[in-house]
Amino acid sequence: MSRTVYDLIGLSAGVMFILALKGLSHPRTARRGNLIGALGATVATIAVFFYTTDGELPLNNLGWIIGAIAFGVIVGVPAARRVQMTAMPQLVALFNGVGGGAAALVAIVEYLKLGASATTAEVIATVFTVLVGCISFSGSIVTFLKLQELMTTRPVVFPGGRFVIAATLAGTLVSAGWVVNSLGTTPLLVLAGLSLLFGVLFVLPVGGADVPIVISLLNAFTGLTVAAGGYVLDATLLIIAGTLVGASGTILTRLMAEAMGRSLFGTLFGAFTAKPQDAAGATETRPVKSGTPDDVAILLNYARRVVIVPGFGLAVAQAQHTVRELADLLSSKGIDVAYGIHPVAGRMPGHMNVLLAEANVPYEQLSEMDEVNPTFPQTDVALIIGANDVVNPAAKTTPGCPIYGMPILDVAQAGNVIFLKRSMRPGFAGIENELLFDSKTTLLFGDAKASLTKVVSALKAL
Amino acid sequence: MDAIAIISIFVLAVFVGFEVVSKVSSTLHTPLMSGANAIHGVILVGAIIVADHSETALELGLSVAAIVLATINMVGGFVVTDRMLEMFKGKSGKSGKSSDKSAGGDK
Repeated sequence: MSRTVYDLIGLSAGVMFILALKGLSHPRTARRGNLIGALGATVATIAVFFYTTDGELPLNNLGWIIGAIAFGVIVGVPAARRVQMTAMPQLVALFNGVGGGAAALVAIVEYLKLGASATTAEVIATVFTVLVGCISFSGSIVTFLKLQELMTTRPVVFPGGRFVIAATLAGTLVSAGWVVNSLGTTPLLVLAGLSLLFGVLFVLPVGGADVPIVISLLNAFTGLTVAAGGYVLDATLLIIAGTLVGASGTILTRLMAEAMGRSLFGTLFGAFTAKPQDAAGATETRPVKSGTPDDVAILLNYARRVVIVPGFGLAVAQAQHTVRELADLLSSKGIDVAYGIHPVAGRMPGHMNVLLAEANVPYEQLSEMDEVNPTFPQTDVALIIGANDVVNPAAKTTPGCPIYGMPILDVAQAGNVIFLKRSMRPGFAGIENELLFDSKTTLLFGDAKASLTKVVSALKAL
Repeated sequence: MDAIAIISIFVLAVFVGFEVVSKVSSTLHTPLMSGANAIHGVILVGAIIVADHSETALELGLSVAAIVLATINMVGGFVVTDRMLEMFKGKSGKSGKSSDKSAGGDK
């Protein structure tokens, strides 16, 4: 295949990626958009098998290439198919990380190959790819560990952390300069090592609630890495695809930060100066009002309007179907039922909508935060299921706490507040919720699904 | 390729990237991120190119690792995005104001 034909196929794949992103921005065309993207990627991958720079087909090392692709498919597809919808954000983080790692490896191999013949521009692009690719790789692994709760979800801040981070960053930049000047292999490995370390240090101080923003940012980083790798390899398609993802990822990161009411800068650098939250670690001994399923059923039965606020706990307990049963039962009694969906309910923006759609909750009942907040004063019962941070008044009242400034659902305005919780443990962001101790709050402890089932049967018995 | 052509491609792609996602409801933030994530898995093409160039065992080993990682990113990314979006199927009313259309189109 001639270079012209190959480049034209690359261009058509680039157009398909644009259509994919455009499709993904609208609910009705989203699924088709994703399939167009997959088609573009497939076309681009097949085309490369019929084009080589030395003009000889088949490709060298063809067996290795096909074997490696097969292995990647065997690992990637079942992981994507089997993952629980609740664990999906960390899988996306992991996929993003391995993409960044792949880009860094590609640049390293090409660098070894080019040796002294590399132009300065190519070396700079290589340095950029290795640096950002490694940050994206190790940073994504840390976000994965945080979301999977294999490590603490609180910001990890250690004494002198700021200086360690600054020193690592300085070391990374110095070794980048070293690579450009010396063209050696050792400096490149030093650069890769320091970049990996910087990725870890960069994500550690980020609090649990802000992790989605960081994933989105690292996603944009990986895109730019791929674009730089495309420059090194003289592959136009990689430049187009990588730049598209880098640009759209940056915008998406900003939109997410806006939806959560966070400044991007504050998210990324605020934690550097944050004091560890002392109060969160202390065992709370103040009294709370805990109720029985019957108490909850009675409160619900005599309400005129109930707003259900679902959180990650509902998803973990797989209680989507039970909550729908409860909502249907209440509706049949003539009670006005709505779901108040916080933009970041679950682990990522839109995550809860996906989970409730899975349980066939009617879309008309799902209200976004801005719609539902003004209705809380007319709401008799706010039923909070496995959510905490998104209704925590500390976001309004406690400057300096990790979620300060995040818009919340104003459930405190409702006549009664019911929390279904597993325990008094604080939410993902690790902050105590004052509302739990309020006199109009009733707590029902236990697994969300078990509790809801008991409430449903108590309600039927009334 | 000459530098001006590459810079032109880069700048235009930045603007297209900004433009296509500038208005998107928070419901779609997660699938959009996941889809964009899958698209940068196209680094697989780059990994295949360097594997073709590889002469030493070290180069080949690193490029095979890159192919495995890039394939996981690309294939896994598209599959998981499709799974997320599957939840929205048959509910064209998802766009919010077009529930009348979904009633008509539900045959």
